[in-house]
Formats: sequence, structure tokens, C-alpha cells
Amino acid sequence: MAELTYRDAVAYGIAQEMRRDPSLVMLGEDIAGAGGVFKTTVGLLDEFGPARIRDTPISEQAILGAAMGAAMTGIPVIAEIMFSDFIAVCFDLLANEMAKSAYMTGGQLSVPVVVRTANGGGSRFGAQHSQSVENWCMMIPGLKVVAPSTPADVVGLMAASIRDPDPVVFFEHKSLFASKGEIPEGEIVDELGTARVVREGTDCTIAALALMVPRALEAADRLADEGISAEVIDVRSLVPLDTKTVLASVEKTSRLYTVEENPRLCGWGAEVASIVADEAFWDLDGPIVRITTPHIPLPAAEALEDMAIPSVDRIYETVSKTIG
Amino acid sequence: MSIDLNDPALLDYSQRPPRHPEPVDPANDGLPIPLNVRTDLYKRVQELRQFEKRAYDLFMQNLVKGTSHLSLGMEAVSAGFAAAMQPEDYVFATYRGHAHTLSKGADMGQVMAELLGRENGLLKGKGGSMHLTHAEANMMGSYAIIGAHLCIANGTAWSAQMRGTDQVTVCFFGDGTTNIGAFHEALNFAKVWNLPVVFVCENNLYMEYTPIDLVAAVPNPAADRAPAYGLESIVVDGNDPDAVYMVAADAITRARRGEGPALVEAQTYRHGGHSRADPGKYRPADEVEAWLDRDPIPMYHQRLLRLGVPEGRLSEITQDVARRVDEATEFAKAGAHPGEEHLFTDVWADGGSAWRN
Repeated sequence: MAELTYRDAVAYGIAQEMRRDPSLVMLGEDIAGAGGVFKTTVGLLDEFGPARIRDTPISEQAILGAAMGAAMTGIPVIAEIMFSDFIAVCFDLLANEMAKSAYMTGGQLSVPVVVRTANGGGSRFGAQHSQSVENWCMMIPGLKVVAPSTPADVVGLMAASIRDPDPVVFFEHKSLFASKGEIPEGEIVDELGTARVVREGTDCTIAALALMVPRALEAADRLADEGISAEVIDVRSLVPLDTKTVLASVEKTSRLYTVEENPRLCGWGAEVASIVADEAFWDLDGPIVRITTPHIPLPAAEALEDMAIPSVDRIYETVSKTIG
Repeated sequence: MSIDLNDPALLDYSQRPPRHPEPVDPANDGLPIPLNVRTDLYKRVQELRQFEKRAYDLFMQNLVKGTSHLSLGMEAVSAGFAAAMQPEDYVFATYRGHAHTLSKGADMGQVMAELLGRENGLLKGKGGSMHLTHAEANMMGSYAIIGAHLCIANGTAWSAQMRGTDQVTVCFFGDGTTNIGAFHEALNFAKVWNLPVVFVCENNLYMEYTPIDLVAAVPNPAADRAPAYGLESIVVDGNDPDAVYMVAADAITRARRGEGPALVEAQTYRHGGHSRADPGKYRPADEVEAWLDRDPIPMYHQRLLRLGVPEGRLSEITQDVARRVDEATEFAKAGAHPGEEHLFTDVWADGGSAWRN
């Protein structure tokens, strides 16, 4: 057992896979010599050399294109898009090319690419460097979408994403980089499409993702103080989506809350709510409640950003007031 | 260049001064190309011409649905490059990709069946005319949103570089693509990484319905941009299979030797409109006339006769292609319409489409 930060877990997970598969390569802006602008790729250049860890120009389309082309020849590639907001600059490659390649070609091609990107708010970076854009990717048939909340999950889901033969968008949360957690010894390989119950409870289910998971857990502690037993699910993977774990939990608790950092409209929680309403309606004792960032661009000021993104207080108060 | 917005020709592009083709260079008869290669080029342009004509006829019979973009008149570009490539080289095309897919060896019947949306199509009917792909021959796809595939072509070139093979990637695109950002990202990236990739602009003078010279900052939309990326400006007569072959062989050979990327601008003209829906009325009549007179195929036929290839040999090739196009048409028409079981296959590499448990 070693304790690592979420930040260091990124390089740890990549290194585990690069040692295993000598064909695996990575490209991106400032990832080699600089070790990444978030220092998530420190040490990889030294261990694996400049042929496998390659700096690129500021050309997001060229980055994802090169990744896709190489992957179509059977070389697994990790591509870093520095901030997830920049996905908008290269969305054609992601949404129209990688995602549709297998289907459009009748299964002739596959694209084993992992697109790693720093997602989410809390850094006071303003509207163009703070967004949670996992829902942009979730809506595209042909993309897999993962967002870990702990260092161990970063390593395990990174391995699972790299070994997956399809394009996976891997969201690393900027506000979790400094958080710490235990990493088990030996090779760690997780499974895509698996949610995890991270706190058991009986009165309500709180489904959360990435930074919202520790906040939901803290809110659950406070709810426990007033006798409300909340079960917290770390959704972890949006595509594939582990609906079984959510449905089983709602069957037990009869109440569902989603905690989403994405702006409200078409957030991932809307899909989860829809599935639960369709398939577990008669288990519910009350309306499904979505706790989200409002439908606004994110403000830069600390005070305003903290009001926008779901906080421990907001999760606690919402559940406390509505659970009835 | 400045545009006078009061110019009445801007209301009707067909009233603009025509852009006539350059005459065929008579010296091209003497290019050092073996006669068997030239005969192969003749067979190739015949295949592309006759296939595309049949594809057009099948649109008219409403057997081909959706849209389709033909290479009629532009066959020499595809044929010239294909003849200069090795089988293991990679090819990328745009939505105007029938020619490049056939040139890389895809079965005519399967390509035709794909246009007809049949189960026996090259993509089982799931891609259609604009996404033709023949991965087993390293024809890595036809991409219908211009620009991205230049970036993807860098990826197969990077792969060859990493694996230490001598494979070259050849990426075709139109003049309109030179104005999109991905074109510029791709060229810079290819040069910086010294990738074995040859970018080929098929400049047919019209981006879609608008003359390219009205929307490009320079007269030769690809070649004039090449120096900005440390590349040589190369313009070739895209209606002369021999001229294309020579330029292609040179660029491909240099890329194969590790000398990096090249950008070739082949000047040509499409005989028809941009797509099935377009009669191409925005082009001056005498311009169309002049380019029809520069049709690559009769010109090449005459050249081969001058070089001593018997008429009988050429008509044998032509008839053999005609028979194969007929067979391809029958194969396509006989194909079943794909069943529901195909709707949910191949979203993922495992063949399935599940997104939840």
C-alpha cells in the first residue's frame, strides 16, 4: 500500500500500462519535458523516452487526428487535451470521426484511443477553463466516458480505458489533483461500466461523479447526524453506465438524488433520473431530485464559483429539506 | 486580389471570366514511364470513368439514395497516385472517394452495392457513398467533414514511423479543404514530426458551388500555402495521368526515404456538379466546354496510340472494364437490403452497441 495524490496517480497509472505494453504511446501539449501543465505526467519522459511521450503544437485537431490514425493501425494511444473545455476545438475528431469509425465502416476499423483531459471547476479559472463537459461526450454514440474520484480509481480505470479497444474520454478532475488515497500493491486493473457504492445507507441514494463524490460523502456524514441514512454511489463511468447498481440502491432506499457538476440541461443525472423513473417508479417515495450547477457559464470569482457548483452545504440542505 | 461587390458576375458565377485549362504538355509523351505502367494507368482511368458513369446512371434510376460525389473528369489524379503507391501504403479520401477506394483495390461490386445501401456493400450498407473504407488494403476511409482526415492521415504516417516500416500515407482532399483550420494544423504537425505523408489537393476550381479563387487568399490554394509549412510548392496537371504519376512517384519516394511530408496540388475539373443534387450551372459554359476538351481519357488514349500501344489492346481493356462494371452492377442490385440485425452492430469494437447494463 502506498499513498499517492490523485495527480501522481495519473502518471502512476500510465506508467503501469506503458511498462506492460511497449507499443503504447502518448502525445499532447507540454506533456513531455514540462510533465504536463497540471504535473500529471511528470517522470514519464525520463522512463519511456521522447519517442513514446511526445510534445505537440497547440493543435487539438492534429493531436486527436494523429492519435486516431495511429490507433486505427493497432497502436494504442493516449492523447491529452489540456483542459476539457478545449474539446470544443476538436469535437469533430471526437464526435464525428473516432466515435463513428467502427459503425460507419461496418466494423472494419476500431480506435483504441484514451483522451485524457482536465475537467471541472473550483480553480477560479472562469468560464473557459472550468467546465464539466462529461455530458458533451456522454451524448455521442460510440464514445466511452469515465470520471474517477479517487487515486486508486484513476489507476484502475486508466488501465481499463487503455486496454479498451474503443475511444474512451477520461476526465481527470482539477480540484481532486491534490487529494490523496491508498493505492494497492501490484497491477491494478478496474472495469469500465461499474459504479461503486461508497457509503451504504437506507433512507436515500445520492449518485455523484468525480469531485461531487467526496462532497456527497461529507453531506452524508452531516445527514447521519440528524438521523438520515444516505447511500452514496460513485457513478465512475457514464458510458457504459452501471444502471444496475443505481436501480438496486433505489429499490432499497426509495429516494434518488443526483449530484452533478455539469450545467443543468441534459446533465448525466437527467438520464439516470429518466431510467429510474421508467424502471423503478413504484419503488420511489418521492420525486427524483437533481442537484446541479445552474444553467449558466461558470464565473471566475471565488465567491460566485462556490455558489454555482454544488457544495456540501447545498447537497446536505437539499436532501434534508426534501426527504420529508 | 480584391473583390468588387458591385460586379454583376458575383450574382451569377457563370458570368465570370472562364478559367481555361493549360494545354497538355507535349513533352509528357516522352516522360520516362514504362509502357506497361502506362497501360496500367489507362486501365485505371477506364475503371474509374466507367464506374462513376454507371453510378450516375443508377442515381437517375433512383437506385442510389442520399447523395454522392463523383470523380468524373478527375480520374487521372487517383490513377496516377495509385500506380505510384505500394500495396501497403495508406490512403485517405474525402466524401468524393469512390475513385480512391477503387484505386486501392476494393471490389467494384461491393463498392456499387454500398452506394445502393445493400447488405453486400463494402460497409454492409452502414457507411454509404461518403464513407467508403477498405481497411484490409489500407484504404483507411472516406471522411465527409473536410479537414479532419488530414490530421488522421498524420496518425497512420506516425504509426509507420514508429514501427519503422517504409509505408507512406497518401491523403486526398479538395480545394475547399485548404480554407479549414485542420488543413493548417495537419501540415504544420506533419512537417514538425517529419511524417511520411503526401497530401494531395484535387483542385477542381470550385469549393462546392463557389469558385475557389473567390474564397482563397492565393491563386493556388494548396501550393501557395506550402511554403508557410516549409514545404515545396508543387502544381501538377491533374488531367494527365503521366504527369501525376511522375510527381506522385517523386513525392512518395522522398517520403519513403524519410524526407518528410509533401503537398501536391493537382489542377483538374469535375465534369458534373458538386454532388448528385447539383447540375453545376454556376460554371461558365465555355469553361466547362474547354475542360471537357481536356478530358484526360481521350487524350491518354491518343498518347498511348502514339507510343505504339495497339488500338486493339486499348479497346480490349475498355471492354473488359465495361464487363466488370456490368457484373458489379448486377452484384449490387442482387444484394439484399440490410436487416434490422445490422442496426445495432459495430458501435463498439466487440461488435455490439450496449451502453448500459
